[in-house]
Amino acid sequence: MAVTDAGRLRKNRGAAPLQTLLWRWPWVRPALLLTPPLAWFVLVYLTSLVLLLITAFWTIDTFTTQIVQVWNLDNFRIILTEPAYRLIIGRTVGIAALVTVTDGLLAFPFAYYMAKVASRRTQTILFAAVLLPLWASYLARVYAWILILNHSGILNWSLQSIGLPPANIGYTNTAMWLVFSYIWLPFMIIPTYAALERVPDSLLEAAADLGARRWRAVLDIVVPLAIPGVVAGSIFTFSLTLGDYITPILVGGAGSTFIGNVVYIGAFEAL
Amino acid sequence: MAPQTSIGPGEGQLNLVLWDGYADKSWVDPFTATTGCKVNQKPAGSSDEMVSLMKDGGAGQWDMVSASGDADLRLIYGGDVKPMNTSLIPDFANFQTYFKAPGYNTINGIHYGISLQWGPNTLLYSTKKFPNAPTSWSTIYDPANKGLLTVPDNPIQIADAALYLSKTQPNLGIKDPYELTQKQFDASVALLKQQRPLIKKYWALATDEITLFQNGDVVAGAAWPFQTIQLKAAGAAVAETIPIEGATGWADTWMLATKATHPNCAYLWTKWVSTPKVQAMQALSFGETPVNTKACAEMEALSAGSCAQYHADAPGSYFNTIKFWTTPTATCDDGSNNCIPYAQWQAAWTTITA
Repeated sequence: MAVTDAGRLRKNRGAAPLQTLLWRWPWVRPALLLTPPLAWFVLVYLTSLVLLLITAFWTIDTFTTQIVQVWNLDNFRIILTEPAYRLIIGRTVGIAALVTVTDGLLAFPFAYYMAKVASRRTQTILFAAVLLPLWASYLARVYAWILILNHSGILNWSLQSIGLPPANIGYTNTAMWLVFSYIWLPFMIIPTYAALERVPDSLLEAAADLGARRWRAVLDIVVPLAIPGVVAGSIFTFSLTLGDYITPILVGGAGSTFIGNVVYIGAFEAL
Repeated sequence: MAPQTSIGPGEGQLNLVLWDGYADKSWVDPFTATTGCKVNQKPAGSSDEMVSLMKDGGAGQWDMVSASGDADLRLIYGGDVKPMNTSLIPDFANFQTYFKAPGYNTINGIHYGISLQWGPNTLLYSTKKFPNAPTSWSTIYDPANKGLLTVPDNPIQIADAALYLSKTQPNLGIKDPYELTQKQFDASVALLKQQRPLIKKYWALATDEITLFQNGDVVAGAAWPFQTIQLKAAGAAVAETIPIEGATGWADTWMLATKATHPNCAYLWTKWVSTPKVQAMQALSFGETPVNTKACAEMEALSAGSCAQYHADAPGSYFNTIKFWTTPTATCDDGSNNCIPYAQWQAAWTTITA
């Protein structure tokens, strides 16, 4: 048998060399498969980041905006010693964390209802309600919030018509927190829902059989099993808020500068 | 490098970096029809963006830039723009004397570009809140207007504070708001830091300021005549004034990229936008003032009374009351190196608005 196989192999080598090659060296197949994406990753993605990092050790002649290629640590010293930059970093991280917590608290009950309580039909409707806003432009949704929150907006108009003083939260950090929480909510709901849906109902039934009340079952079984989904959602909402610069420009007020805005302004000097 | 001495046939294309609205269909279409130069536009959002786009002499990608005074010296010293021959622009002879060789675009008699239009930075206010026109820039530093003010998000705003201090604190000895010693600069920055809690929002785009006034979020702020015109057209109860302290102003210049690939079309374009008719059209569409004195009659023909309204007929002395934007440099007027350069203006602005 072995001899025949070897003979067939030798004969095949002439007919389909590539196939033989792949059979001989099994690592060739994954290598061929991975080379293009890996090359792209290293050349386009990593190289550009490394180049940017190198630039951080150079300075710019801000008058002519030409880069001066002299190695120094000035940029890092400024970031660490200038109180304004620490304030901006603190504000950005703080609001990103607040948005993540807010979205987590809003998304969990919503996702739980979708995954465990709602009927199939309601589930579809809720899914559409969560995903549909993502099809509308980011800018359109932010501008909609400006219309709601500004001085003569719907919020103040509603408050005044029921006899309450106006809220005046347009162009403040509160406005940014609201808008960010709204914009990124779907990115928290979807992974949380995906995690909750995989929690077997039998576990809840077993808990009930053993005398656990509903909330105890949720706390001890559902929450721990849903954590990977919540963490995935948190990474989305946190990092998306951290890097954003459009919402601070549009709905932020005086003193709403984010890291992204400083990068945006700095980019005109450096690029 | 001597500028060209004649305008050859157009190259068929012209690539412009400009302010939004500086190449309107109404004067671009006739230009393309007569010269065959197709105009491609790249609107910029700020002076810093213009300087950034024009890096490496426009890199062969851009032919001209409609730079404002705060960017001009950066472009000139960066080697991004080259001298232009004013004798190829027949209407140059009709320009206001001030704009033939202003310090921000002309160095040692060499013209790095042709002046285009100018405008003052005015005090815009709601006539509902202020039935009597405010007379001083103190309006935008007054704690009584807390949370109801807006000023441009631009480092050159430090000059506005310096101009105000030059009148209210004469002991600081500020003569030119763009040439500040450390002490004068610190006083201006301190004033702006006091102003910061009073500001509702620093506006980045003119349309942002229009929205703020329209919705009643602010009642006063620093603005351009453009915003006033737009707001009035939309029926908002606003008016503008130049307070007693005077005003800063911007003046734009068409500058030729060092690596321009369509120089003939560039000259043809500059020639065209300098003519009285086009100057008047652009002035009225954008809300600014032409540098060509012959444009006055054309403005009157398009909209009666507009020539005087925009100060297009202003006498030479008027230009002493407007402090035009220029890039602050370390070199002061007296030749010493004690002045604060633009880099520090930018850094200070970040700390003010943070």
